[in-house]
Amino acid sequence: MIKSILIFNNHGKPRLIRFYQYFAEDMQQQIIREIFHLVSKRDDNVCNFLEGGSLIGGSDYKLIYRHYATLYFVFCVDSSESELGILDLIQVFVETLDKCFENVCELDLIFHMDKVHYILQEVVMGGMVLETNMNDIVAQVELQNRMEKSEGGLSAAPARAVSAVKNMNLPEMPRNINIGDINIKVPSLSPF
Amino acid sequence: MALKIVKGSIDRMFDKNLQDLVRGIRNHKEEEAKYISTCIDEIKQELKQDNIAVKANAVCKLTYLQMLGYDVSWAAFNIVEVMSSSKFTYKRIGYLAASQCFHESTDVIMLTTNQIRKDLSSPNQYDTGVALTGLSCFVTPDLARDLANDIMTLMSHTKPYIRKKAVLIMYKVFLKYPESLRPAFPRLKEKLEDPDPGVQSAAVNVICELARRNPKNYLSLAPLFFKLMTSSTNNWVLIKIIKLFGALTPLEPRLGKKLIEPLTNLIHSTSAMSLLYECVNTVIAVLISLSSGMPNHSASIQLCVQKLRILIEDSDQNLKYLGLLAMSKILKTHPKSVQSHKDLILQCLDDKDESIRLRALDLLYGMVSKKNLMEIVKKLMLHVDKAEGTTYRDELLTKIIDICSQSNYQYITNFEWYISILVELTRLEGTRHGHLIASQMLDVAIRVKAIRGFAVAQMATLLDNAHLLTGNVQRKGICEVLYAAAWICGEFSEHLENPMQTLEAMLRPKVATLPGHIQAVYVQNAAKLFATVLKSGEGSADSTAAQEMMIERLPLFVQSANLEVQERASCILQLVKYIQKLQQKDVEIAEEVIALFAGELNPVAPKAQKKVPVPEGLDLDAWINEPPSESESEDEQPRAIFSKEEPKYSRPRHTEVDEKELAKRREVRKQEQASNPFYIKSSPSSQKVYQEGSGVEHIPVVQIDLTVPLKVPGLPMSDQYVKLEEERRQKDRADKKKEKKKRKEKRGGGRGKKHDSCPESEEDITPAHMVDIVTEEMPENALPSDDDDKDPNDPHKALDIDLDKPLADSEKLPVRSHRAAEVLKSPTEDVEAERTVVSQEPKKKSSKEKKEKKKDKDRKKSKEEKKKKKHKHEDKGEDLLGGQEDEPVVQSEETSVVAAPPTSTTSEVSDLDFWLSNAPVPSNAQEAAPVAAAAAADPVPEAASGAAPDSEPEEPKDTEAEETKSSKHKKKKQKKEKEEKEKKKKKKHHHHHRHSDAGGEESVQNGTVEEEEEPLPPMSNYCLLAENSYIKMVFDFLSLSLKMLEDADQVNDIQGNLQDGSQVVVSVIFENKCESFLKSMEFNVLDSLNSKLQRPEGSGAHDALSVPFQLPPGVSNEARFVFTMQSIVMPQKLKGTLTFIVKNEDSSTHEKLEFKLHFTCTSYLITTPCYSDAFAKLLESGDLKCSSVKLEGISMPFHHLLARICFHHHFSVVERIDSCASMYSRSIQGHHVCLLVKTSEQTVSIDAKCDEPTLLGNVLDEIKQTFSQC
Repeated sequence: MIKSILIFNNHGKPRLIRFYQYFAEDMQQQIIREIFHLVSKRDDNVCNFLEGGSLIGGSDYKLIYRHYATLYFVFCVDSSESELGILDLIQVFVETLDKCFENVCELDLIFHMDKVHYILQEVVMGGMVLETNMNDIVAQVELQNRMEKSEGGLSAAPARAVSAVKNMNLPEMPRNINIGDINIKVPSLSPF
Repeated sequence: MALKIVKGSIDRMFDKNLQDLVRGIRNHKEEEAKYISTCIDEIKQELKQDNIAVKANAVCKLTYLQMLGYDVSWAAFNIVEVMSSSKFTYKRIGYLAASQCFHESTDVIMLTTNQIRKDLSSPNQYDTGVALTGLSCFVTPDLARDLANDIMTLMSHTKPYIRKKAVLIMYKVFLKYPESLRPAFPRLKEKLEDPDPGVQSAAVNVICELARRNPKNYLSLAPLFFKLMTSSTNNWVLIKIIKLFGALTPLEPRLGKKLIEPLTNLIHSTSAMSLLYECVNTVIAVLISLSSGMPNHSASIQLCVQKLRILIEDSDQNLKYLGLLAMSKILKTHPKSVQSHKDLILQCLDDKDESIRLRALDLLYGMVSKKNLMEIVKKLMLHVDKAEGTTYRDELLTKIIDICSQSNYQYITNFEWYISILVELTRLEGTRHGHLIASQMLDVAIRVKAIRGFAVAQMATLLDNAHLLTGNVQRKGICEVLYAAAWICGEFSEHLENPMQTLEAMLRPKVATLPGHIQAVYVQNAAKLFATVLKSGEGSADSTAAQEMMIERLPLFVQSANLEVQERASCILQLVKYIQKLQQKDVEIAEEVIALFAGELNPVAPKAQKKVPVPEGLDLDAWINEPPSESESEDEQPRAIFSKEEPKYSRPRHTEVDEKELAKRREVRKQEQASNPFYIKSSPSSQKVYQEGSGVEHIPVVQIDLTVPLKVPGLPMSDQYVKLEEERRQKDRADKKKEKKKRKEKRGGGRGKKHDSCPESEEDITPAHMVDIVTEEMPENALPSDDDDKDPNDPHKALDIDLDKPLADSEKLPVRSHRAAEVLKSPTEDVEAERTVVSQEPKKKSSKEKKEKKKDKDRKKSKEEKKKKKHKHEDKGEDLLGGQEDEPVVQSEETSVVAAPPTSTTSEVSDLDFWLSNAPVPSNAQEAAPVAAAAAADPVPEAASGAAPDSEPEEPKDTEAEETKSSKHKKKKQKKEKEEKEKKKKKKHHHHHRHSDAGGEESVQNGTVEEEEEPLPPMSNYCLLAENSYIKMVFDFLSLSLKMLEDADQVNDIQGNLQDGSQVVVSVIFENKCESFLKSMEFNVLDSLNSKLQRPEGSGAHDALSVPFQLPPGVSNEARFVFTMQSIVMPQKLKGTLTFIVKNEDSSTHEKLEFKLHFTCTSYLITTPCYSDAFAKLLESGDLKCSSVKLEGISMPFHHLLARICFHHHFSVVERIDSCASMYSRSIQGHHVCLLVKTSEQTVSIDAKCDEPTLLGNVLDEIKQTFSQC
């Protein structure tokens, strides 16, 4: 079982949190802080498994994480999951994000947290791996997006326009932030 | 209305959407909280609007805020509203929000039931999918109960997308509503063979999760999974299945045997590291589960270790980590194979990655031996110095202590060295583990008597340099060590060289800065030291100086803020003053002062208290007095506190106790102590006074530079011990070699060669001084250890459900129509509903009863079966046939189960059995019996089953109960053996039972023979092989079919002579009868031309086989030996010897026991079931020679007689008609042996036919002998 999936950036800011076991909000934040603390001090060339998170799980649980550019993808799993399998799953997930967002970067995750959730829902369900084939995942996500579009989407076009006008403080808009090397480079790993 | 909508959508244009919110938060970095709170206000406004789009947008934003840590549960109702929108876009938002913030105590969840049900049955598959995904995160017991049936239907949905999700969510449903498992399981099982790989994978996933927690219920699925494993190409599925097998093998060794080959193939063939790794893991699990007595697994272990080495050597840190992880599993059972990779593991200790270093540390634990302990610890100490970061260093520290103290300090040969290591560890900066070191010091000093002198000297130094430990604020944790040091110095003060100096150290003003509990120990032990000084020379300069020091320094402690310190100090101060007074009157008082602290403390095992059995008739829960009324106690308590406290303040500090009174009291106490058997008297003679050897003198008193407390000039002292120890060992070795040479000359070569060739073995290292490790005390009648570490709150406990039993009506999942009406029912209505259910029940029963009468026989059988189940339940570990276990919730179902035809269960079980027995395994169901023998069957439930209300009235309950009671006294192991065999027999009989149901109804079939008449007395085939004062050996032949012997591994070696040679497996139980440890047992026989002991490949024809275990006192264990036979027509005897080492506390001797192994012709027979038609054909064929025998004066009942023949001579009953029965057996070389047993009064005649007359004659003789003995 996967107990939780967390994505946070190099500063520990959460970008997506998904707990498959209930924790109160403040506890969730505490867990994120603890895991960030554990993960962030590790070099990039050490192993991707980590024991010792005290807040979540206990001895049976392990943190399995990958670090892409500015983001950490952390899965907290118990011993019924294969360590290498989960590592691969993270890769599949990130590749899927890359496909769905076309060159995914941290900003995509920041502004479209809901979409990231929908993608994740096609990969993992209730803590169990649902699908590992990237093409299948992308196909399902796209079908659902198309359906949303046919319904007119959440924010119809006019609302968008208005909100753009409303947001007059143009210089501060994030698009002016120098993104630099923020794009998540998805390294092509050996197939599973 | 229309206007309102227009207004709503215009409002909406000015709402922020999620992106705007995020942007806003990013633009208000300085006042984020404030900004968000205004946003939340806005959201609250939005939620109040009627427009669902606005609400959805608001909920979407809330989901984001939830991620930032804001509690959004207040919007739960709005979330439900959004969930119930008809548009997919909004629904999805609603479900996402719900999955993020709903949990079991969210009360609006109960409003969602109908909405979710609607979504589940929506024609749009994505509505259904979204509902399933959401539900998987917030399913509650109520939702699970109400929706289980709907989800179950979805498991057969046309779209694989839905099937997949429905299958996965079932796991969550099972967890919340365990009753659904049994009705849903058949369909779940079906999904294992779903055409869609995704669905299949999901089903595997769910079953693996289930089986991980309760593996025994899923054993019957093993064949199915095996098929999947060999056919599937999906690595995800393979990994899950292989992991599942890892959980199943411990329950069924035969399964493991079957797995080894395909797994090894996978290991060789796969390129996926993840799969390879899981295969290795499961092979390890298999090897652990298989009895170590069977040969030919070394290849598999080697393969695993070799593959793991490759992983560890890989540059990928992940593989390295996993390799080490798996290595630690092998370590538990095959430490030798891991030990050879010590170099690699030590290398990993230097890895830059902490995870890897920690794993390597774990491995070290199992790799130490007497020989290398010092070396390894030395290396660890170096790491301790180098380690950066306190966590890793603390880990190192605990590991060092773990390694050294493991299994009762087994590997420590030199305790002086260990003490010095502990002392060195105290110099660690900033460790949290001061108390750990302290407890080790105490433990060693108390339990290793010989080391006390040395320990005291070291502790005195430590006390003297206490400022080093306490000087730094950071070093708080370590001052715990002073606690131990002070106590040791005080308690064993007779060993102190210079007690005055230590006393001075203990009374320094600086001590007052230590934590209270340490000060208290200081004060108390200062008194002990004072007593010692006094004793050493009353009236001498020392003692007066000591007295003055006490009187001068103690007042400091009397002023302590710590109550304990204050009390002890003032008490002791008065005592010293009083002593001074007495001494001024020239009264000799030293003896009396010493008596204050006389007596020795014995170590008590940590669990000792728990193990004290509650005496009979004592009810701990009963009130001793009438419980006081609550109001009273409430009034009383506060007053009591005050009244207690008051006198404390007013109590005069210096109570002058009258001198005479004191003496009188002391006298009384002494007498009381003398007459009290529980008081441990001091016996100075028993304490070995430590002779100070050369070792102590050149221990440098630690001269440590104050500014840099951690740098010790010169060689650290533990190193000195390593050197000394090396020298000593070398000397020892030289001595031993000499001795050996002498012995060798005497013996003239022979077996000694092998011994010499191997390097120094474990036993060769003798401890430096005889350490007398005091074992911990346990209460006399302590109960055997019980597992008390089971977590009663584990949600998976409820899922421990027998899945093979047919479904009862009462178990059907609640169906929608029924539930829908019930959803809003008031509680009273609920009760009514229940009542109607209850009233329906008897009706069902009565109709069943009619059926029952018809199926009288069926019922009998099922009852028998139930009994069997109960047996099984008792001896869990032994149950190898799986799938049939009893379950805790049967009570309500019992009646319906009785009525249900049991055939399905039987077939299920025998299917598995058949599948497994196809696996060529010599270790059959009996394998685990001796192991489980320790947890012997408790006959009480058996008796209870006899008296159960549903048992037939005409059955002689009482006799049965009595029987079981009487048999309680018999050897439990024997009983076990019998049960085991009978069970096996019965199982086989079920085959023919079904088979012959169509045909002869008249004849009573074999399976029921014992059941209808009196139960059998216990039987055992184990007979004495040899015995002396140390050890007792009993043996039995295990009848194994040829087929079983076609072990995949063995086939190659024996196939050649399979035609004319056959194997017999002898099970020998070794029982240690003496008080010493028996080790290095070697079993050997002189092979004859006809029969040979099978030895592992590569060993000579006369080499002994080592018995793969050691025997602690009073323990027995079983080993198996395989013999190859040429001709089996005659009984034969083999001479053999067992050599072993008896290890006492102080010596070890070689012992030898000779025995004669008698192979009867019976031992060549295998219990083989035979159908009556095949039997008839066999007799007709005319190939068989005839012979007969008559037994006179047999008074036992006929079924006992048959059972005895079956049990002792490996026959099975083919058919029985009244007092006549036909029986069959087969030899290991395929000879048929048929018996016709007839009885009239006290005469039994046996007509026998066999294709080998000599064999037949011998078998008949043996049968005759069996019956002449009783």
